Amino acid sequence: MDMSLRKNTPLSGPLAGIAFGRSLAVPLAVVALGVLAPWLVSAYELNLLARFLAMALLAMGLVLVWGQGGVLSLGQGVFFGLGGYAIAMHMKLAALADGDLPDFMVWSGLDALPWWWVPFKSPLVAILGVVLVPGAVAALFSWAVFRRRVGGVYFALITQALALAFATLLISQQPSTGGFNGLTDFQTLMGVELGTPAAAHGLYWLTLALVVGVFVALRALMASRYGLLLRAIRDGENRIRFLGYDPTPFKVVAFTIGAVLAGLAGALFTLHAGVVSPALVGVVPSIEMVIWVAVGGRNSLAGAIAGTLAVNLAKDGVSSAFPDLWLYALGLVFVLVVTLLPGGLAGLVADAGAAGLGKRLKTLIIGEAK
Amino acid sequence: MTAQATAPHIGTTAPASNLLLAVDGVTVDFDGFKALNGFSLTLDRGTLRVLIGPNGAGKSTLCDTIIGRVRATSGRVIFKGQDITHLPEHEIVRRGICRKFQTPGVLPGLSVVDNLMIAARRDRRWWSSFRHGVAAEEKARVADILETIGLADRAAAPAGQLAHGEKQWLEIGMVVATRADLLLLDEPTAGMGPAETSQTAALIRRLVGQHTVLVIDHDMSFLEQLDARVTVMHQGQFLKEGSVAAIRADADVAAVYLGRAKEDTHHD
Ligand SMILES: Nc1ncnc2c1ncn2[C@@H]1O[C@H](COP(=O)(O)OP(=O)(O)OP(=O)(O)O)[C@@H](O)[C@H]1O
Ligand SMILES: [Mg+2]
Repeated sequence: MDMSLRKNTPLSGPLAGIAFGRSLAVPLAVVALGVLAPWLVSAYELNLLARFLAMALLAMGLVLVWGQGGVLSLGQGVFFGLGGYAIAMHMKLAALADGDLPDFMVWSGLDALPWWWVPFKSPLVAILGVVLVPGAVAALFSWAVFRRRVGGVYFALITQALALAFATLLISQQPSTGGFNGLTDFQTLMGVELGTPAAAHGLYWLTLALVVGVFVALRALMASRYGLLLRAIRDGENRIRFLGYDPTPFKVVAFTIGAVLAGLAGALFTLHAGVVSPALVGVVPSIEMVIWVAVGGRNSLAGAIAGTLAVNLAKDGVSSAFPDLWLYALGLVFVLVVTLLPGGLAGLVADAGAAGLGKRLKTLIIGEAK
Repeated sequence: MTAQATAPHIGTTAPASNLLLAVDGVTVDFDGFKALNGFSLTLDRGTLRVLIGPNGAGKSTLCDTIIGRVRATSGRVIFKGQDITHLPEHEIVRRGICRKFQTPGVLPGLSVVDNLMIAARRDRRWWSSFRHGVAAEEKARVADILETIGLADRAAAPAGQLAHGEKQWLEIGMVVATRADLLLLDEPTAGMGPAETSQTAALIRRLVGQHTVLVIDHDMSFLEQLDARVTVMHQGQFLKEGSVAAIRADADVAAVYLGRAKEDTHHD
């Protein structure tokens, strides 16, 4: 894992123990607070928190793809949607007697289940599908594109087109996808009654556990030689190529991991929200996802989680009070972050720690020669 | 070892076992403009060759073609007896050719030592990047190169913070770290003062033998310090080959350079 020759131990002996304890104290306290949340907040707030934490899984994936890999994806909504629809299709089918069709299909005059719905009767297929479908789509798509050396703005535009196409397809295939309304009205998952406080708590803890697990795993991945090479490819793809590495698989792996996390996020979000629909997976939500990470700091996992929570909390507040204002507010936040805070909240915190908040504020106001 | 006026021909220069690289009648056509025009060159193992020519002669394009960054419109590149003309770039590098770019191509965000470690890594397949640990031999090699290029005390600094000359050395170090048999050094002394240039010449001379080195440069005092055979190219074609002294005295070479100097006074 450690490629450097540096002996990275400025502190040793008892001092190291204190530093280690302090570096773990904050994350442990945050996780403990998270675990206790069901007793600290209302059911409504817990549900919001659960949704936002699900989205944070996707945001951490974007740290790998965009922050570390330098690949801007404006199509994460597609993978979020694939995960969400995979679990939603299963729940629709699980509630039915054999041979019956989901209500919206009956209303649309369908008389048989579309073939691609059939495998999702199996809970195992559905759960595997949540990660494997987005993963496989992302791997094939990104391999085809990166192999042709398409990157940067062109890649971002292609992924945006993908999000547009996906949402349009879902709406236009109303009889088999539920159309604009999406899929909703779920009763049980694997025999567990949804909508009870126990189920809500369980799903919340599951989401929290996945956030913690993914955080730890991605941290290790970013510190590995793979992470180093991914950043090296971001900074100088040609130099890496002419050192004998093939950049394509490194980028495909990052993009695929990002898509798997987005799929997982979509499935959990669907469970918490009780609905998945095209409005959650199209162009605008895909751009919003990038903004969460831009606000939090695209190279920081903790920043991405914080950015997701902050932006979505703000969205909840602003859009319930002034529904028309939200997109303007979001656009403004994005412009401010990109111009003033390229490192996002995480960058602000790091700088405040390193140089004192005052100096950072000064830099923010008077600017800094770069 | 006298100046010869004809292009070297494949198979006639040296016994096949000693031949490392043969560029065989390569033409590179950029939408009608021939940056290389039927150019040939052979390099024997363990030798040093200097390539000169006026701006736009096609020197960088030759390196690009050998390494696969630019593809030959016609002709072939033979390395260790195998045709590498159409291999993917990373495959060409893995067979033992590494190139230093004209503008320093270090990875600015990575530390000096990480730059070298990535270059020194033998196993460049993506799945092995998940494996932990570094071979002791790779570590030793990197430590050795850090000393050689004089950057041992800057090992932890981001490469982007190095001075221009230091970046040049770092990139030379990276190219060497790959253990490539053939090193292509495109203007390694650009932006260096006389003292640094001399050190670079000494460094390159030490590499010869273990590596085959092709150096592109304009600086005459640097060429004299390298004291190697010189190939002159002009407008994508072979012009002359010979010792530094012979090339300096050559009327055709002078004419090509003077002709250019009249058109382009801006060049250093
Ligand atoms: N990708 C390209 N498309 C079109 N023309 C190109 C391309 N690359 C190089 N050229 C042209 O090919 C010619 C040879 O360029 P090259 O860079 O090989 O010259 P050089 O000998 O390295 O010159 P210098 O001493 O200035 O580095 C130049 O006229 C250049 O403008
Ligand atoms: Mg050049």
